[in-house]
Amino acid sequence: MKTDLLNFTLHLADTHLILGQRLGEWCGHNFVLEQDIAMSNIALDLFGQSRSLYQYAAELQGEGKTEDDLAFLRGERQYKNLLLVEQKNGDFAHTLTRQFFYDVFHLLQCEELLKSSDERLRAIAEKSVKEVRYHLTWSSEWVIRLGDGTSESHARMQKAADSLWMWTGEMCTNAPYEEALIKASIAPDNTKFKAQWTAKVQEIFNEATLKVPMTDNQQSGGKSGVHSENLGFILAEMQILQRTYPGLSW
Amino acid sequence: MDNKNWPLWEVFIRSRQGLDHKHVGSLHATDARMAMENARDVYTRRQEGVSIWVVESKNIHASNPDEAAQFFDPAEDKVYRHPTFYDVPDDIEHM
Repeated sequence: MKTDLLNFTLHLADTHLILGQRLGEWCGHNFVLEQDIAMSNIALDLFGQSRSLYQYAAELQGEGKTEDDLAFLRGERQYKNLLLVEQKNGDFAHTLTRQFFYDVFHLLQCEELLKSSDERLRAIAEKSVKEVRYHLTWSSEWVIRLGDGTSESHARMQKAADSLWMWTGEMCTNAPYEEALIKASIAPDNTKFKAQWTAKVQEIFNEATLKVPMTDNQQSGGKSGVHSENLGFILAEMQILQRTYPGLSW
Repeated sequence: MDNKNWPLWEVFIRSRQGLDHKHVGSLHATDARMAMENARDVYTRRQEGVSIWVVESKNIHASNPDEAAQFFDPAEDKVYRHPTFYDVPDDIEHM
């Protein structure tokens, strides 16, 4: 059970860390200053959440490791983040759609974690939930603006939704380490989010005049450490300092 | 989208309950809703505020600097307009 809890905590932490890292790639490159800051703010929220979770994971592990060891010194197969969040940024529409798909799920999950029987996860969820609500407000707003915008923005949004769809199914599945935690009311049963997730995406896409992709072809494996080709490149950039200068600090 | 075509908005933040909204800066946005969210992201990320006003810059009419002399200088020697020519009773506070 303790190993399951450790794995689940790492899964949450990794997902937030990798998505934050992806968003961070936009810093200084966004199309307007205001959105550059908005996206960096979201990245920093996610880093903050992942820090709390890595600190908890380090305690659960009990090997005297730190949050930095867990974030920067693990290998690709040890990462348990969702496949969705490691997908490339692409254009603004692509990054935004990836964010929106995740935000809808993240809020459902976070609200359910408020009821977790694990005190620490509950406390972290309480701190995170306001941030996540804003993330969803921000991404929904932009999905509607661009989907229901010009023909160019609409086409880019639809293309992004279509190409990202295959990575969304994994969110509403349970990894083996989650099964026992679900029984103990520590982790939420992700399969129960499927209907609400689909309904929310449908609602915003309707307003954005976008079509919800219908394909059933879905990829999974990230939660168990089997990743797409993207993660290795992310880790290479993210970990190079700690790998080159072990123990380096400010 | 070309940032140059986005209208300019002025942002006012109230830092605490009971204080006035103060002008903190400006930003670009396509409409009021976006201006509000941009203001939140740009100007309140270090806990600067509890309330935001945004107003499109074109709706603000400013006094003309060339007219500053006739607008403001005549008030210079009218000290009698300040309510300082009577005694405040001792038990009146916060005056």
